Amino acid sequence: MSETELLIWVRGPALQIATVVFLLGGVLRIFEILALGRKPNLAEPRGSALAGGLRTIITRSFPNRDTLQRSTFNVVAGYIFHIGFFIALFFFAPHILLFDDAFGVSWPALPTQFIDAVTVVTMIALVAVLLHRINHKVMRYLSRFQDYLVWLVTILPLVTGYFAFHRIGLTPPLLIAVHIASVELLMVVFPFTKLMHAFTLFLARYYNGAISGYRGVNS
Amino acid sequence: MSASLQRGIDAFKEQIDAPVAAFFSSCVRCGLCADACLFYTETGCPTRTPIHKLEPLRRVWQQEYTFWGRYAKAFGLSKPVTDEELEKWETLVYDSCTMCGRCSMVCPVGNDITYMIRKMREGMAASGHAPEGLIGATKRAVTIGSPMGVKLPALQAQIRHAEKDIGLEIPVDVEGADYMLLLSSMEIMNFPEFIGAVAKIFNKAGVSWTISSEAFEATNSGIQIGVSEIAAELVQRIVDAADKLKVKNVISPECGHAYMAIRWEGPNLVGKPYNFKVVHILELLDDLRKQGRLKTTGKESQRLTYHDPCQISRRGGVVEQPRNLIDMIADDFVEMPDSGTMNWCCGAGGGVSSNERADDLRLKVFRRKQAQLDAVKPDALVSACSNCRIHLEEGLEENGMDITVLSLTETLAEHLAED
Repeated sequence: MSETELLIWVRGPALQIATVVFLLGGVLRIFEILALGRKPNLAEPRGSALAGGLRTIITRSFPNRDTLQRSTFNVVAGYIFHIGFFIALFFFAPHILLFDDAFGVSWPALPTQFIDAVTVVTMIALVAVLLHRINHKVMRYLSRFQDYLVWLVTILPLVTGYFAFHRIGLTPPLLIAVHIASVELLMVVFPFTKLMHAFTLFLARYYNGAISGYRGVNS
Repeated sequence: MSASLQRGIDAFKEQIDAPVAAFFSSCVRCGLCADACLFYTETGCPTRTPIHKLEPLRRVWQQEYTFWGRYAKAFGLSKPVTDEELEKWETLVYDSCTMCGRCSMVCPVGNDITYMIRKMREGMAASGHAPEGLIGATKRAVTIGSPMGVKLPALQAQIRHAEKDIGLEIPVDVEGADYMLLLSSMEIMNFPEFIGAVAKIFNKAGVSWTISSEAFEATNSGIQIGVSEIAAELVQRIVDAADKLKVKNVISPECGHAYMAIRWEGPNLVGKPYNFKVVHILELLDDLRKQGRLKTTGKESQRLTYHDPCQISRRGGVVEQPRNLIDMIADDFVEMPDSGTMNWCCGAGGGVSSNERADDLRLKVFRRKQAQLDAVKPDALVSACSNCRIHLEEGLEENGMDITVLSLTETLAEHLAED
């Protein structure tokens, strides 16, 4: 298989397979959760479960004072790599072209130099997060194989994207092929791992806020 | 698999619902919940990380209710939950958790870990892995009617004492009263002044109330140990007595988990809504204040702070009322850091105080409360849970701290205006 053929395969059939696994797997996981249902609450409410649930979806994006003080590194590094990953994924001009091709929607890109810097910062934050996971006694204790696997498939698209952008090591078609393949790996792993939290946290936060909101507490 | 283990696993399966599945699906093992838990912060022991206390329940969820988990289980690729494992987890689920709910407030993905601990205890108890102390308390609650073994004659004696002290009659079994007061055994045995305090306030405010001789115990060991059938039976006794006396409201006393049991879990345990309302004593007192029926005189000159009992504040929603009430009688009130819904547990709730095995641990984690108190240096600590109160008194004494612990209701009664 030539470099060009590889690139065509990665951008074509492989991407289709990854998309199907990502979407079907994700929908299945959400369905599995919702299908379990929950019993109606017969206690007289003091507040609104709906309002509480929606409020917590928003408010839980921000740490409370005590958590920020006690877990400063975790909170700050966590913010950086999440926001950085989001910016690199959605605001790099070539990515927006892909979204435009696929879904017919586009939005303004951020300057390439800025994306480049964000990518570097995000990779540094991810490495720091990994070192923290290995060194922090609670995180090390809680961690399983999956946590390291998920870390790897998260940083790979950033590393390969950075290499592709700066044309380091391989020919441009190969660099792009490797970059796209790393994204496909992330997509395939996604539904079967904790990466699902990107979707299920909306459910989790809603339930948490609803349970508290029903009792008149902002959680 | 032993029959008891099977019962435990079945109970886990029955307890798992959509919120539990959403919570386990969302955990990224960031460990932030550890820093919110006094059993971790005061011991530094990673096994006491809140989410880790749920590991057996998580695996049952994964093996029974996820697509790949079921396949992995069928091919023998996943680790089944064993009796030995549950035995190891017993001290994590019961001794090292008061179900205070603080972890549920900080989890960035929104997991209500406490909601799951409550559920996990159902499986622990069903598989025979509950602490002796809690089993004893629960047996006494079912057979005698009180976890501390308090019988009606003991209550009657305390009522007579109170009547003599305050010179008022305390109504018992009065049909058609507006309010039926429940009490905790701890109040009856250790803080009987509470009964007289309520009587004085209600007399002045013109509240129509009664105590039932058939159901006066507010606490519910069934909830703490995690046996819903028993919890439901204990709630049903109260429902029956309230219906028999045709009262409009039932008052939950100064006890944290009693409020959770009767106010929030009760209707779900007995399977239908009540014919009466449940109010916490502080809610009622604050209503009386608003209506101008509760008037006080004089102010406490000493520096006061308020300890929010977890099940009343964070898990129960009664947060503003105690502050409104304290404002009536305090000249120098100061909030501890993290007060209100982020308050730190005293360390003895959720059945921990009934579990002698956890005695040393609960006193060790009291250091968190000590640090909170050291930050504001009060003369007296007001609270509204007799279980917190007895543990706070013990912790303060143990640490040589000269701080008085006060009941909010009793303190208000002492300041009651004589018109």
